[in-house]
Amino acid sequence: MIDIEITEEDNISIISVGGDVDASSSIHLDEALRKLVEDSAVKYILIDCTRLEYISSAGLGVFMSYIDDFKTKNIRMVLFGLSNKVMNVFQILGLDQLLYIVPGKKEAKEKLHEVQS
Amino acid sequence: MISEKGLIRLSLLFAILCWLALMVTDLFILFAQINQANAGITKEIPYLFLSLFILFSFFYFKLRVLKAESVNFIDLLWHVFSTGLIVSLIQLAIGLFFYLLSNSKLLQNDLAINFFYHINIAAVIVFLTSTFVVWKRLILYQKNKRLLFIWHFFEYGLLATLLFNFFQSEFQQWVFTGLLGLFFVLGLVLSFNLKWIAYLNFKQKWRSILLLALVLLYLYYFLNNLFSFSQEFNLILDLMNNVFVLSLAGFIFVYALISILVILFNLPTSSVFEQKISEVLNFQRLSQSIQKGDNEDQVYNVLLESSTNAVFSDSAWLEIYNGDEKTKLFKSNISESKIMQTKKSLQESSVFSYLDKQKSNNFQKNLNPARLTANLNDPDYSSVLAIPLIIQDRQIGLLVLLKDLADGFNKEMVDIINSFVNQACISIENFELLSKALENERYREELKIAMRVQKSLLPQELISDIHFEMFAFYESADEVGGDYYDYFKIDEHKTAVIIGDVSGKGTSAAFHMSQMKGIFHSLVQLSLSPESFLTKANNALGYCLEKTSFITASYYVIDNKEKSIVFSRAGHCPALFYRHNKKEATYFQNRGLGLGIVRNDGYGKYLDTNEINYESGDILFLYTDGIIEAKNKDGEEFGYDRLSKIVTENGGKKPEEIKELVIHELYNFIDTESLDDDYTILIIQFS
Repeated sequence: MIDIEITEEDNISIISVGGDVDASSSIHLDEALRKLVEDSAVKYILIDCTRLEYISSAGLGVFMSYIDDFKTKNIRMVLFGLSNKVMNVFQILGLDQLLYIVPGKKEAKEKLHEVQS
Repeated sequence: MISEKGLIRLSLLFAILCWLALMVTDLFILFAQINQANAGITKEIPYLFLSLFILFSFFYFKLRVLKAESVNFIDLLWHVFSTGLIVSLIQLAIGLFFYLLSNSKLLQNDLAINFFYHINIAAVIVFLTSTFVVWKRLILYQKNKRLLFIWHFFEYGLLATLLFNFFQSEFQQWVFTGLLGLFFVLGLVLSFNLKWIAYLNFKQKWRSILLLALVLLYLYYFLNNLFSFSQEFNLILDLMNNVFVLSLAGFIFVYALISILVILFNLPTSSVFEQKISEVLNFQRLSQSIQKGDNEDQVYNVLLESSTNAVFSDSAWLEIYNGDEKTKLFKSNISESKIMQTKKSLQESSVFSYLDKQKSNNFQKNLNPARLTANLNDPDYSSVLAIPLIIQDRQIGLLVLLKDLADGFNKEMVDIINSFVNQACISIENFELLSKALENERYREELKIAMRVQKSLLPQELISDIHFEMFAFYESADEVGGDYYDYFKIDEHKTAVIIGDVSGKGTSAAFHMSQMKGIFHSLVQLSLSPESFLTKANNALGYCLEKTSFITASYYVIDNKEKSIVFSRAGHCPALFYRHNKKEATYFQNRGLGLGIVRNDGYGKYLDTNEINYESGDILFLYTDGIIEAKNKDGEEFGYDRLSKIVTENGGKKPEEIKELVIHELYNFIDTESLDDDYTILIIQFS
């Protein structure tokens, strides 16, 4: 089961993803991201993966499909709080080379600024 | 074993022979009496022949009537009537003969009289036994165990009275009367089994009455005839003294009489019964018409016809809505212009507004039968019954029945039409479901073909030569899968090997897999480095894949001269490499990015290219992530550690054994037959 919460902190939208993201549940993650990407006010997105237990290749496909959108719309997205197992999945596919992935929320906010400047 | 036909002929033959023997012995005894001589035969002999004659003729008719397959009651009665007609013609002929020769000397001759009387005996017994068998068939129509028991008691008891003849004397008069009374009572009880009458229609009932009345008449005539013989002449064998014959005649008479009375009382209600029967038959037609391979129109026609017949409507129509297409119209005794005119009147009636309201509620509630009928303000019709055809809360049509008298439809009529309509809707729904099931079956067949095609996309033969030996295993979760492996001998020394996995499962994955095969075989011929191979493949796939899809792959170039492997990893799970000298399997550590994720020229920078040297006994173990991600019941993954442990422990074995062990462990771990993902293993053992 997937569990998604969207909150906002100092102009930063935070998606907190919990549980398993597989082929069927990845639709919800896709909906959440689409909502933010289509909102022109959103410029910074943090993905909180602290509660994320499992992600399948379909789940990775969701992040992957927005990489281009982020570039064209000038949106910065940083993921943080990934468990070793989840991180490994990102690494194997090579998405760690394309996405910003940091250990904690503090680093994530710094990363957002770094990217900005 | 004698056939049934043979038995019938045989019993007929024996019956005739017994009758002839009876006549000869009787006449012989009489002759001896007249001449005051001792005939040398006792009275029991002719009784024996009489009994045998009765038994054989009984047996003959039993076989014949039971053999007749039709349960047409009128046919059975007709059979009795025609037998009776022949018998009475014979008796009339004898009567005429006697009348003409009333003064002649011949009639003074006992021998001649007894001869004619024997012909009478045969005719009457034939009539009695054949009628008895027919009555049996009628009484036992829709029998139960109790009835069958009583009947058997009656039938065998009756036959047993044939023995009575042998002990005949004046002292037994009370036994005679007692037996007669017993069989009369039993026959009376049995005579109230008249279920067959209910199944006759009005016309058949009248015919039955006529035929039964004639049976009564025959019986009276025959008995009267026998009685007068018995009174007037000196008979050697008098049937009037025979319990069997009298009981039988009495029973046949009682049953015929009761049947006539019951049919007579049933006459007024037979139209109702006929109506109900036709409703049931129509119901059956409605539910069966689709199965016979007819189309939906057939059901609609049956519905319209059954409905008009059931309520005696003057006109009717059935309209079937076909989505955007033109509404189909089925008419009964009404023109299209009349329908238009009646529709206008209908719109003013209460039925229309009621249906409109139900329609806006999507027919969630059950329809109120009383609201479906109303009187019309129309020049041609005075009352209407309109019932919508509903399948799963969706109205597919409307049945409109019209009568030219007011209040023409009562509650029973509405109910029966309602059930007709429901049955028709069920039939149509079943038809639709069946068509869908057939379509699904076709898709399944198509998928099977796809599976065969896809299997043929994987290499049918693998390399097994002096340099290395390959072994592969592939199993798909769905009919078609997204895993791919292949190899190509680039030149004498170099062999390219690829393993890949398409994101997602099923048909779309299978399509992408076949694209990957095309790309592999196009590019591999260019003898590219792994990095440039994957870069070009990435570019090509950028045009083929949709945005959320990607393919992971690893590309290996094995050089058996240099004993080296050059490889790059495009997001595929890292291969295991077993070093024979260290007896240890480890995963390759290198960067890489899945194909189709970055769709520009910068792809190459995300890739590493590595080179290792191999020695004899080393193993390159390739697999897809289905193996790693296979989960057990607790949601735990099979994982990298389990896999590397098995390969480390068994690296010295043959590739086939290693594969068996991995698969065995994997299935033990997941503990289920159904696969979540595709599993692929490709093992290369160097020699």
